[in-house]
Amino acid sequence: MNIVEKILARASGKPKVSPDDVIFANVDKVMIHDVSGPGVIKVFERLQSQGISVDKLWDPTKVWVAEDHFVPSAEKISAENIVKLSNFTKKYGIEKHFKYGMGQYGICHTLSHEEALVMPGDVYVGGDSHTNTTGALGAFACGLGHTDVAYVLLNGKIWFKVPETYYFKINGKLPDHVMAKDLILKIIGDIGTDGGAYRTMQFGGSGVDEMSVQSRLTLCNMTTEAGAKNGIVEPDQKVVDYLSRRGATNVNLVKGDDDAEYAKVFEYEISEMEPMVAKPFSPDNISVVREAPSVELDKSYIGSCTGAKYEDLVAVAKILKGRKVKIRTEILPAAISIYQRAMENGLLKIFLDAGATIGPPTCGACCGAHMGVLAKDEICISTTNRNFPGRMGHIESQTYLASPLVAAASAVTGKITDPRDLK
Amino acid sequence: MKGNIIKYAQDNIDTDVIIPGQYLKVHDYAELATHAMEGLDPDFHSKVKEGDFILSGKNFGCGSSREHAPIALSHSGIKAILALSFARIFYRNAVDGAYLLPIEIDKDAYDGISEGDEIDILLSTNEIKNITKNQTYKMKPFSEIIGNIIAAGGLFKYKPDQD
Ligand code: SF4
Repeated sequence: MNIVEKILARASGKPKVSPDDVIFANVDKVMIHDVSGPGVIKVFERLQSQGISVDKLWDPTKVWVAEDHFVPSAEKISAENIVKLSNFTKKYGIEKHFKYGMGQYGICHTLSHEEALVMPGDVYVGGDSHTNTTGALGAFACGLGHTDVAYVLLNGKIWFKVPETYYFKINGKLPDHVMAKDLILKIIGDIGTDGGAYRTMQFGGSGVDEMSVQSRLTLCNMTTEAGAKNGIVEPDQKVVDYLSRRGATNVNLVKGDDDAEYAKVFEYEISEMEPMVAKPFSPDNISVVREAPSVELDKSYIGSCTGAKYEDLVAVAKILKGRKVKIRTEILPAAISIYQRAMENGLLKIFLDAGATIGPPTCGACCGAHMGVLAKDEICISTTNRNFPGRMGHIESQTYLASPLVAAASAVTGKITDPRDLK
Repeated sequence: MKGNIIKYAQDNIDTDVIIPGQYLKVHDYAELATHAMEGLDPDFHSKVKEGDFILSGKNFGCGSSREHAPIALSHSGIKAILALSFARIFYRNAVDGAYLLPIEIDKDAYDGISEGDEIDILLSTNEIKNITKNQTYKMKPFSEIIGNIIAAGGLFKYKPDQD
């Protein structure tokens, strides 16, 4: 069995599972946030009106709550949603509630690894499509809707069809000016936005072994944009160290068998890769940066679960150091712990000296919610993961998806720029 | 199950256009319905009728996991989506929440059915009858668990031990 089959077999109490088997898997961790949480609460209300008991959760210690999409509260409704979340966690005894404005908080998928909330081998589900991100720690991490999350909260399990796995064997080492973001854009460009549909996308090979855990998180984050059920990397010592530094103990490594089977294997040689960009209006509409259209940008957005981890901010600082931005540049560290590290290591000063503005950890404009949404006809380069029409604001605005290096280089020139071409 | 078709002849209709991000904070189902399809077809709300079906291409419902999407469509009156394929979370949400039926069709049905056609979905034989054009097409049968959840009326009414 491969790693996903092993995790799902363990979680469903079966000696072996194969692709297309339907199983009920016991869940190890569940996440809700300020959009899916109120959605789940609404499902609870509906269940109650049908006489189904919602008095107790199956295990409140396995649940954690993030406030990320509409915080700091954008207006009245989002403020009320935050109150609803607080009432919910109080009522059900959920202690892991990361409230904005109180120490550590941030984007849900960032907290999952920054706070070592998910372990290798876990079945982890969240009320958000980018739950896939956390597969980089070697967990089966998968997004679900409100009804499914409500079911998990009450029953501790959920059905899955065991996915077949596409294995992406990555050889070589990324050049300095290329990031995991460029690689995943290239892969999505090759297989399309439904190229991984219903499947696992697993990443391995010497290129992934070389990569930091944070780079692997970027790869797994955007498996969602290829339609995948989940993304995963077999955990190694780097994952153990990463989680241990964040307080985890007894991190167990689960791996696939030597004779594991994959539905398909794709090979990539990355040593000569070029920086990439996804043009409007789809993450698979890619081009190498040097062949991208020469448009006048209005804004560079450096934020989100995809592109505002600590390592992403380091890449941005490398470019912005001693330079000035030419367009509106918003930098939103993805969690308070990252914000703090960026402050301690002088990154925030570099950003401010360059003329960029720094925002709080929030999804904000990534999903067109608040904190800098785009106006009609505005064009943005962004370290986020989606560029559908209207995703970051007005339906006639445009977003180019790029790596933190490219987004920073473009901030400096006002045009889509390969970091190698900066003077 | 009979109804009329609203056709969007395109692939990758994502949940950001089915219900734009600014409404994610809204959890009032009736209000969500008034914004359904707003990112693609601002006239949708005025033209949709109770019992209508949507017909579309590949990868319907891709993108964000927001359950607001099937909710907004179902509370607009949509009873089923016929598409060449679906994105997985939209599909699960539609079935587990018992909001609407996600029906996978083939190219014949996609090309053959036009805007406004009246069709009849025959779940017992996995066929789609086009009453307006007097044609019949195949639909992909639901897998066993999906069929059982639909028959039960959603995930919470389904008893897994019966399988
Ligand atoms: S940062 Fe963007 S992609 Fe990530 S969870 Fe928030 S809205 Fe979703």
